Amino acid sequence: MSAASAFLEATVRTATPLALAAMGELVVERAGIINIGLEGIVLSGAFGALVGATHAGAWGGYAAAMGSGVVAAMLFAMFAVWLRADQIISGTAVTLLAVGLTGTLYRSLYGASGAGLTIATTGPRAIAGLSRLPLVGSAFFNQPVVTYVAYVMTAAVWGWMYRTHAGLALRAAGESPAAAAAAGVRIARVQLGALAFGGLAGGLAGGCLVIAQAGTFAENMSAGRGFIAIAIVVLGRWHPLGVAIASLVFGAASALQFLLQALGLALPYQVFLALPYVLTLGALAGVAGRVRAPAALARVDEER
Amino acid sequence: MRVSRWAAVGVVTALVAATVGLLAATGYDVSRAAAALVRGSVGSWYAIGSGTLVRATPLILTGLAVAIAFRAGVFNIGADGQFVTGAIAGAATALWIGPAPRIVAIPLVLAAGAVAGAAWAWIAGVLRLRFHVLEVISTIMLNFVAGFAVSYLVRGPMQEHTHVYPQTETIPAAARLARLGPTTRLTIGFVIAVLACAAAWWMVRYTASGFRLRVVGANPDAARSAGRIDVDRTIRRAFLASGALAGLAGAIEVSGVTYALYENISPGYGYTAIAVALLARLDPLGVLGTGILFGALEAGATAMQRDAGVPSVAVSVVEACIVLALVALGRARILPSRSAE
Repeated sequence: MSAASAFLEATVRTATPLALAAMGELVVERAGIINIGLEGIVLSGAFGALVGATHAGAWGGYAAAMGSGVVAAMLFAMFAVWLRADQIISGTAVTLLAVGLTGTLYRSLYGASGAGLTIATTGPRAIAGLSRLPLVGSAFFNQPVVTYVAYVMTAAVWGWMYRTHAGLALRAAGESPAAAAAAGVRIARVQLGALAFGGLAGGLAGGCLVIAQAGTFAENMSAGRGFIAIAIVVLGRWHPLGVAIASLVFGAASALQFLLQALGLALPYQVFLALPYVLTLGALAGVAGRVRAPAALARVDEER
Repeated sequence: MRVSRWAAVGVVTALVAATVGLLAATGYDVSRAAAALVRGSVGSWYAIGSGTLVRATPLILTGLAVAIAFRAGVFNIGADGQFVTGAIAGAATALWIGPAPRIVAIPLVLAAGAVAGAAWAWIAGVLRLRFHVLEVISTIMLNFVAGFAVSYLVRGPMQEHTHVYPQTETIPAAARLARLGPTTRLTIGFVIAVLACAAAWWMVRYTASGFRLRVVGANPDAARSAGRIDVDRTIRRAFLASGALAGLAGAIEVSGVTYALYENISPGYGYTAIAVALLARLDPLGVLGTGILFGALEAGATAMQRDAGVPSVAVSVVEACIVLALVALGRARILPSRSAE
């Protein structure tokens, strides 16, 4: 494999969990809610995937990952939607809870170190025809199945959000909840549904980390991907296609280390590790002031 | 609404109970763990002074950092990164200064920590004020960057001379904080934390800048139009003060407890600080009390892990549940509402 195609392959691989989590958060934010707990949801999904995969194989792992993500999201929803509590605080607490709970469960179920605990990863599956395209073929179309799920999800969210009544109701809830409510949209129900989807997608992102990539679980293995996904939603201008592209840009930034190492550039490895986070800051600085968030995002209005 | 609030508290309580039950079911001796928790936190004068209060010192200062920021409507989730940069600057200063009189070395070390923490927070401040980047995201990103910076420094330019351990040399005696007694590990760092709380309380309550802080947090639009307050400047100062307090905490940790810089020098103090600040209802004097409470919890958790093998990370569950219970009961309502920017 050439350096360029290895770089592209790593780009898509790194982008997959980010795109999944960000697509879920996109739907949540378009409903007017910012879920900082996404980091905790991804982590819960990763742990759920480990438990599921050790008992019921890879597909059981993915199912458990999505289930764990939805449970964590519903906990957040209880505070954010039901009680209309502060979303930032509730989300931070959900993340803190997920760190503590997965860490405790992991150590008590799998021993203090858990070293050597591995599960089989799902290998890449080539799509006939497309995978033989020059350069991009094997990078985009010879990936684990979960990557194809991300492609389909992007298209589905796009179509659903702009072509269906439910998608219109979602966007109305995030832009003008009072007007939407007057028009008969049940805001709380829309937000609950959005959060459930966000939990599903975020959990799947965590499952992808464990089942398609690492083949094991480590404490705190989400490593800020949930937070980066929230930034990706901003960079993608709250649009499914933008979110997909922003995810790929981040994947490319993370994959840069393979390319630079191939070129023989000797920088401390921590520089590469820090790169996605620094890039997030830089990209947000360039974009955030010039895009408009859903008008009702993170607002907790008493009358509704 | 009242019913659903208590239902939410019920769910939170059930979460804690489930965690305890799970620990019991997986073979941990819960009564032994509980005994260790008590013994390690309040079981003796030594446990209180050298366990609880030593652990409380960074939590009080970072909790104060979070409280000051939240008061102004600045959601600084980055006290952890500011703590770490403060620890880096404190350690670098202490190592660079060499044999100097204590009266010179200590103020320099602590000042370096505070300045570094403030500078790290200032980045997030500029990003918010000039580029409209949510500080919730930027401060978290900066936490990760600070963590990688420490990792690089203690394995690279600042590594101890044998190049075996990922940590710096131990700092010279002159840069170490004086202990409060011959048998205790407690240092004047705790006194500094207490004084900081008192000073912050007085400032928030009785000074003009404290008033501006509260008004900007309560209603920035009104502060701008009716109060003729320079909102941006107040927010910038809140970032700087918050970062300085967290950075000071990092320098105090290096010069009073660890005597060296190493990876994971903060076991998540900046995140626990959020619980500390909220439980205190963002009141600086309250932070003193809740900081000590969480210090006891963490000191007890360390003993619990050592004596009963219960993972100390379980305390995060308790901390998160306390925050959620407070949110459910509406106690976090004192939080300023963010304006639509």
